[in-house]
Amino acid sequence: MNSNVGHQPHKHLGANKLTADPVLPKIVLVGNPNVGKSVVFNFLSGVYVDVSNFPGTTVEISKASYLHYELYDTPGIYGISSFNDEERVARDIILGGDIIINIVDAVHLERDLFLTQQLIDMGKRVGLVVNMMDEAEKQGIGIDLKKLEERLGVPVIGTVAVKKRGLDAIHELIVQAREGKQKASLHKELHNMLSQVGSQSEALMVLESDLAVAERHGIEPSPESRREELYIDRRNRVNAILTEVVTDLSTKKRLSTRVGRLAVSPIFGIPFLLVTLYVMYLFVGVFVAGDVVDYTENTIGKNIVEFYMKSFVAQNAATDLTITRLDDEGEEIGSQEYAFPEGTNADKTLWTVAQQYRSEGPSEYSFQFRNPILVVFFGEFGAITMTFTYLLFLLLPLVVGFYMSLSILEDSGYLPRLATLVDRLLRNIGLNGRAVIPIILGFGCVTMATITTRLLNTQREKTIATTILQLAIPCSAQLGVIAALLATAGFVPTLVYAGIIFTFLVTVGSILNNRLPGEASPLLLDLPPMRLPRLNNVVTKTAYKTYFFMREAAPWFFIGALAVSILQVTGSLIFIQDALEPIVVWWLKLPKEASTAFVMGLVRRDFGAAGLYMMELTPGQIIAALTTITLFVPCIASLMVMFKERGVKEGVIIWSGSFILALLIGGIVAQIVV
Amino acid sequence: MKLSSIRRGSRVQIHQLPVGESRSQFIRIGLMEGAIIECLERLPGGTLVIGQSRQEFALSANLADSITVMPV
Repeated sequence: MNSNVGHQPHKHLGANKLTADPVLPKIVLVGNPNVGKSVVFNFLSGVYVDVSNFPGTTVEISKASYLHYELYDTPGIYGISSFNDEERVARDIILGGDIIINIVDAVHLERDLFLTQQLIDMGKRVGLVVNMMDEAEKQGIGIDLKKLEERLGVPVIGTVAVKKRGLDAIHELIVQAREGKQKASLHKELHNMLSQVGSQSEALMVLESDLAVAERHGIEPSPESRREELYIDRRNRVNAILTEVVTDLSTKKRLSTRVGRLAVSPIFGIPFLLVTLYVMYLFVGVFVAGDVVDYTENTIGKNIVEFYMKSFVAQNAATDLTITRLDDEGEEIGSQEYAFPEGTNADKTLWTVAQQYRSEGPSEYSFQFRNPILVVFFGEFGAITMTFTYLLFLLLPLVVGFYMSLSILEDSGYLPRLATLVDRLLRNIGLNGRAVIPIILGFGCVTMATITTRLLNTQREKTIATTILQLAIPCSAQLGVIAALLATAGFVPTLVYAGIIFTFLVTVGSILNNRLPGEASPLLLDLPPMRLPRLNNVVTKTAYKTYFFMREAAPWFFIGALAVSILQVTGSLIFIQDALEPIVVWWLKLPKEASTAFVMGLVRRDFGAAGLYMMELTPGQIIAALTTITLFVPCIASLMVMFKERGVKEGVIIWSGSFILALLIGGIVAQIVV
Repeated sequence: MKLSSIRRGSRVQIHQLPVGESRSQFIRIGLMEGAIIECLERLPGGTLVIGQSRQEFALSANLADSITVMPV
């Protein structure tokens, strides 16, 4: 290592503070978004990964053990400060880390080295991984890794993480990680602060006007102008390194650059956007939500898994069993009831007869357990049986489908361009382009989308996006039934319905935008070059996102089903239905049975819409009913997730707002069109 | 003149960045006062796509409105 320029690296008291603890030394992976950090993390961590929310935030942190180290992954950031939750979380983990492995994108060194230099300025032991070397080569970008190592003063390796190329060198990099070259004057200044703050890294944060870190040490942070000064200086140092290290050999504009430009041009961009969304609709909306879910939910879930769970319970529990035989069109052609007052094991002959009848062709079945506790867990809305089928056989395929589409958009570099295109539109309702992600996901599952509102910048945007999702965006389960009903009503009612929902969405968004203090946060997005998505990346991202979602949402679906089952067993469900009946008949002009449909919508929004499907309705009634059910309160799982994300108070306001507005708007529509 | 008023395809130098937090964020990614940028695209509504050497950024109209630039 060349150390005759600038500061001579040495051990700091502060930096050793953590290693003095009996805990294992900490390796922290740091990098900009989408540089391949999680691939490196997976490579090092093996199977056992502990994922948890960082205390006091909704930011997820992965932790694992590697050799005799603790290994931490951090959210993707552009620099270390406190501009958002991700940065604050990453900052604290980095401050507590002993060895920093910084991963940068070879194609984006201009952007990424700022963070690298900042880590070095913190006085941390750093090892640098320049990832996606193949991509840089393809684009005609030459990077002199030796020179980069010399200029930064930290060890550098080049990798293609998704192909595992060069990754073995990381073990050595961790051992070799060391303090890099720092500006002598800055280093001195930081060391003079050590009596007031714990370490050089914390001193740098205070100098860069980080309020939280300054507060921890009871001192005043430097003014913002000081931070800017330091940033400009660092940027200049990085630029100087870049001119020495990077050679751009590309003579003509690359195809990926051209495609990227076209994707945000007004003439091609908008048709391209529509085509993309349509293809996504065909994949998720038609193929996954239709064909795949139909098979997994009904054939596997209801008729195999749930049936065996229930018949297992029925072996020793009093129950009645109704089996309804259906023809190929799904019309009822016969029905038999079997009573097992002592459980099915006590009357095996009758059980065989029932099984025989069931196996003759398509059929439906229903166990009526006599013990209310069994009904709660295994009955019609059994907390165990329904949660199981719903989560694994309905939600899981959908969530995989959506996250896969999203991962493809993300990995190809199209997602930020999509956000760019819709930024202006979303600004009208107080959001910025980023909000397009939760809104698209909302058409899959509102619960999943509500969790995703975390990626928005401000509390204000999170509130607006959550409100719109919970009020006006129908999830895919619901959309299927809505589409079927609209098909019977005709083209004009469909347009009227879509018009009403869209107008409502825009109105609610605009009102919130006007009423809530502040304005949509400005959009400043980095547009990476477009490329063909990599299968490996897409699969990994989909798997991770799906796993996190299922882990997070599953308990709430269980609690939701449990609550409704209890309502059913205690008779409260009937009570609520009766209470709603006059409103449904007089105000919404619907048959009284429709109140059941609305209440069922609490459990699963598609149950509500499906209930309407069974009734004879005029096109006018269909419009009114669908308007109400779309705007009506979200399913219990998304309500629970909303409480968690937005707090109980805001959740209750949104929920009751949804309840009142749905009935109000639905009623007005009914008074006009029915 | 303001960055929001420049035409597609024109190259300008950043003269003044807005004050406050976004200023530091601009500097971090290399959009400093004095940097030369090119307007690659203007979307209806004023969202801008700008390029600086190999990097491309999208910025919303109100942000572009807060930056002044000079012709080069």
